Amino acid sequence: MSDKHAKHKSKYTADRMIPGAFEGETVTRRRFMTGTAHTAGGIAAAAFALPALGFALGPIFKSTPHHWETVGPTSQFNEDNYVPVTFTLTPGIGEAGKTTAYVRKFNPKIDTDASDKDSRYIAISSRCAHLGCPVRWVDAAERFICPCHGGVYDLLGRRVGGPPVRPLDRFYTRVEGESVQVGPRFSVNSELKRFSPRDPGEPLDGVGQYLYPSRPSAQKL
Amino acid sequence: MPKLPKLPKKLPAPPLPAALQAPPPRPSEGNGKRGPIEDAKEAGISVVDWVDERTSLSGAGRWLMFRKVPKGTNWFYTLGSATMFAFLSQAVTGVFLAMYYRPDPAGGAYESIRHVTNEVFLGQFVRGMHKWGSSVMVILVFLHMGRTFFFGAYKYPRELNWVIGVVLLILTMVMSFTGYLLPFDQRAYWATIVGVNINGTGPLIGPYLSDFLRGGGEFGATTLSRFYAIHMLLIPGLLAALIGFHLYLVAKLGTTAPPWSKAEERRELHEAEV
Repeated sequence: MSDKHAKHKSKYTADRMIPGAFEGETVTRRRFMTGTAHTAGGIAAAAFALPALGFALGPIFKSTPHHWETVGPTSQFNEDNYVPVTFTLTPGIGEAGKTTAYVRKFNPKIDTDASDKDSRYIAISSRCAHLGCPVRWVDAAERFICPCHGGVYDLLGRRVGGPPVRPLDRFYTRVEGESVQVGPRFSVNSELKRFSPRDPGEPLDGVGQYLYPSRPSAQKL
Repeated sequence: MPKLPKLPKKLPAPPLPAALQAPPPRPSEGNGKRGPIEDAKEAGISVVDWVDERTSLSGAGRWLMFRKVPKGTNWFYTLGSATMFAFLSQAVTGVFLAMYYRPDPAGGAYESIRHVTNEVFLGQFVRGMHKWGSSVMVILVFLHMGRTFFFGAYKYPRELNWVIGVVLLILTMVMSFTGYLLPFDQRAYWATIVGVNINGTGPLIGPYLSDFLRGGGEFGATTLSRFYAIHMLLIPGLLAALIGFHLYLVAKLGTTAPPWSKAEERRELHEAEV
């Protein structure tokens, strides 16, 4: 081993007694050709592999435009109970793109949270924060109940039982003339603080918001 | 009287010298006439010979098919082949289902499946084969895995084959998951919503993995076609390639004896007993 390091090999091919070496040549022609062939092959493979990969991964980085959907006249909603409305969340795929929200007027007695001050209507998403099944509002129990794994939420959408990890998502609302419109989704943590929409099953309390970062494809207003 | 060694009842006839033996009948001489069966045989042989002369594939075929198997090899050793035939059945029925299927989330997917099931000749049968065959394949994969585990067949030098087998198991699960959405009925839709959200609960990369699967932040227009492409192009190719490598390693390394079969006793002991 010491031999190998003791005898310093010359960087010139001519000094290393390689047949056919040129004066001042440091890379043999064989090595140069091998390198060229590998590089050319690598470029050719990258030329189709990288665009294909970008094509498949593109939607992860693409932000989806916000849109507002009219869900009904202002007279349809009241302060005391939820009215279910169905509207298109994802256009272009028919029934599969629709979702349900539970809408009521802002009620200063219940909606004491500071961040809700500006919204005149509260729209709660029916997407369960456990794994995304549709919850329904049960009048008798005054609870949102999920049929899949038994998640239970109170009037404000906060978890009171079952496996969900955070309250129900909400939608931004606004009033255009005489009708109520529902806009993009946002998620809330157990103190009803607003975050960019997360997928179900992703907690937002404590380190949750960092373990499940917000994505370019789903942003709040 | 000295005891003579016991002789067999009938002594074998001494071999005839080669010159006295009758030559075996040639195929062309049998009764002096060549029937169409002999012609067909000859044609088949010459076609195989033609290919073999140019590819030497018969050697590979013999290497693959005529292997030594250990004593005690039993029906449990057929679970791997059974899984492979389940895969082949899925591949063939899947190709024919693809002739009718339309990955259109705005109603076309469900309609095309309804059409296959209710109107196409044998459609219900072929779809049933694919639908139930997927469960059969998953069950067989697990039985095969259990056999390998309990027989200790994953040990040196077969660890790599175990690893490939685990990858094959995962790919089979991905096939089951992506195929479940394709009928696009209520069950398919909600099962996929739940499945993708389970994916999303993985910290840090989970949300991005969900976005990749859906092709966006919400279940959208490209989700179904994405699942369809993964289900019928991406994973089957990987599965077929890895099954090939799995089989190559089985042929190269051979199969293991069942754990209850004892090692052959040493030759000297046998002779000492006599």
